[in-house]
Amino acid sequence: MDPTSLQEPLVIAGRTFQSRLLVGTGKFSSAATMRRAADACAAEIVTVALRRVDLDNPQDDMLGALAGGRFLILPNTSGARDADEAIRLARMARAAGLEPWIKLEVTPDPRWLLPDPMETLRAAEVLVKDGFVVMPYIQADPVLARRLEEVGCATVMPLGAPIGSNKGVRTRDSIQIILEGASVPVVVDAGLGAPSHAAEAMEMGASAVLVNTAIATARDPVEMARAFRLAVESGRAAWRAGLPGARESAEASSPLTGFLR
Amino acid sequence: MSFELHLRDADLPSLVRESESCTESDVERALGKEHLQLVDLLALLSPAASRCLEPMAQRARALTLQRFGRTILLYAPIYVSNECTNRCAYCSFAVQNDVPRTTLTLEQAEAEAEFLRAEGFRHVLIVSGESRRAAPPESFAALIRRIRPWAANLTLEVYPLEEREYAMLVDAGADGVTLYQETYDRTVYAQVHPAGRKADYGYRLAALERAGRAGMARLNVGALLGLHPWRSEALAIALHASWLMKHFWRSQVAVSFPRLRHGPSGYQPAFPVSDRDLVQMMTAMRLFLPDAGIVLSTREPAHLRNALIPMGVTQMSAGSKTEPGGYTMPCEEGAQFSVEDRRSAAQIARLIVQAGYEPVWKDWDRGLSKGAAA
Repeated sequence: MDPTSLQEPLVIAGRTFQSRLLVGTGKFSSAATMRRAADACAAEIVTVALRRVDLDNPQDDMLGALAGGRFLILPNTSGARDADEAIRLARMARAAGLEPWIKLEVTPDPRWLLPDPMETLRAAEVLVKDGFVVMPYIQADPVLARRLEEVGCATVMPLGAPIGSNKGVRTRDSIQIILEGASVPVVVDAGLGAPSHAAEAMEMGASAVLVNTAIATARDPVEMARAFRLAVESGRAAWRAGLPGARESAEASSPLTGFLR
Repeated sequence: MSFELHLRDADLPSLVRESESCTESDVERALGKEHLQLVDLLALLSPAASRCLEPMAQRARALTLQRFGRTILLYAPIYVSNECTNRCAYCSFAVQNDVPRTTLTLEQAEAEAEFLRAEGFRHVLIVSGESRRAAPPESFAALIRRIRPWAANLTLEVYPLEEREYAMLVDAGADGVTLYQETYDRTVYAQVHPAGRKADYGYRLAALERAGRAGMARLNVGALLGLHPWRSEALAIALHASWLMKHFWRSQVAVSFPRLRHGPSGYQPAFPVSDRDLVQMMTAMRLFLPDAGIVLSTREPAHLRNALIPMGVTQMSAGSKTEPGGYTMPCEEGAQFSVEDRRSAAQIARLIVQAGYEPVWKDWDRGLSKGAAA
């Protein structure tokens, strides 16, 4: 694919998306506000915590609010403390009729919600073999990203900072290494607290970003969703255009090698 | 080291003295910090901080919003038995009180659960008085197994159990344990719990450690406020919660601030806690423990619950009945405490919406419970 094409879409597991902004559905003041925000930023992938939806209830608020949209509903395993729980949740979601895509979150520590690398890898192996499109949430660990890619994950989703921290791309150097090595899309997930953070991740060459808290808890979530959309587009355009890169010092006006000419 | 030893080393009376000598500049310093230390908590609980409630409330609101979003989780209790062998001076269930005693059969308890399910509840708290004969641990397990197929989250507020009993309940599908120490002060504890199994302070204090070791995903601490000066109790609650977070890092820790109002036979709390005190305690706790759940029950009156929603609360009960069979065969004479907020679950949910929050009925899943593996 021509990386300079303006229309180059995001492709995950053979499926094409125009939007590079994935959004979460938690923390909103209502399901209706969540839907308006998702529409405002033209998101095509919306992640839903399985713990929050009642799969047995056809009138579930969250799924009801997303109905009729052009969204891929990406269920996530938020709350799972080990691989077995995550695998069980994923299978329950598929059995209830959701598409076999799963945002794999294994976070044994309920305080920081940081991912467990060993359990995540173990669950990913099982779920990939089971036919799921697996998108694991991970620490920005380049070796783990490679390992997950090797077992067949469709993306890797390294965190910029702890979930809900709004601190931005604090793991920048490690994410850079992941971006250079990855053959699957890299989605920077968690910690992006402002549109400028999302733009930064996209400028670095991330394939996409996932945002929830910063949109959901803004004074005006719909307007903030729109702002994130613009930032993601702008960051992507900057990356395509080729950022000149910062320099530590001014260029000498009398180059040392000038005599070679 | 057990929490009991940790608490003894912490020396609550000297911490309270230190708190009482804090100045407003100590409070300002604490309010400016991202990660609070114990000295900052002492400042926030100090008399000086009682003049800074507004900035504390604002910060508590912002932190709660960031961490938990604009949501309030709703739950309801099922009282399975009010038979009790204890003599707690403040409690309606105490053995010396002449109230109608009931223990629900499994079918009756399931009927209560079905009532709550129809109301929309998916988070259920199973509550019982302390009578191992009338309500043995196996009876809780049996109820859990019955309702596990539809309940998203099942927690227990029952007498302290052995670790193997907690493990048995985890296997049946229990997600958590709520257990208030009532008071962390040994002397007062002995005075108000003169007899029965509950007279053993240390056994009760270590119960949440046993529950944590048994794999309970949620541990809820609290004290019955009014038995002892609140500043000391709030410090002990904070120490207990942070100790549990450190030692059982896989478990979610929550805190509650149940206030004693009036008990049976004219019981009056020795150290009544005012609304201002409650707000100070709750917001200080949020600032010190940004990730802890904060639970508010129907003990508190409607107007106060409305006002407290944005100050750090993450979870509320609604439409609660505190007597066994209260939902399907009401008889309020056997109630544990007087429910001040008598609004229905639907009314509470509407109120939460009016406050700009989403009432959440489900924020856990049976797939996350060990009981689902079987």
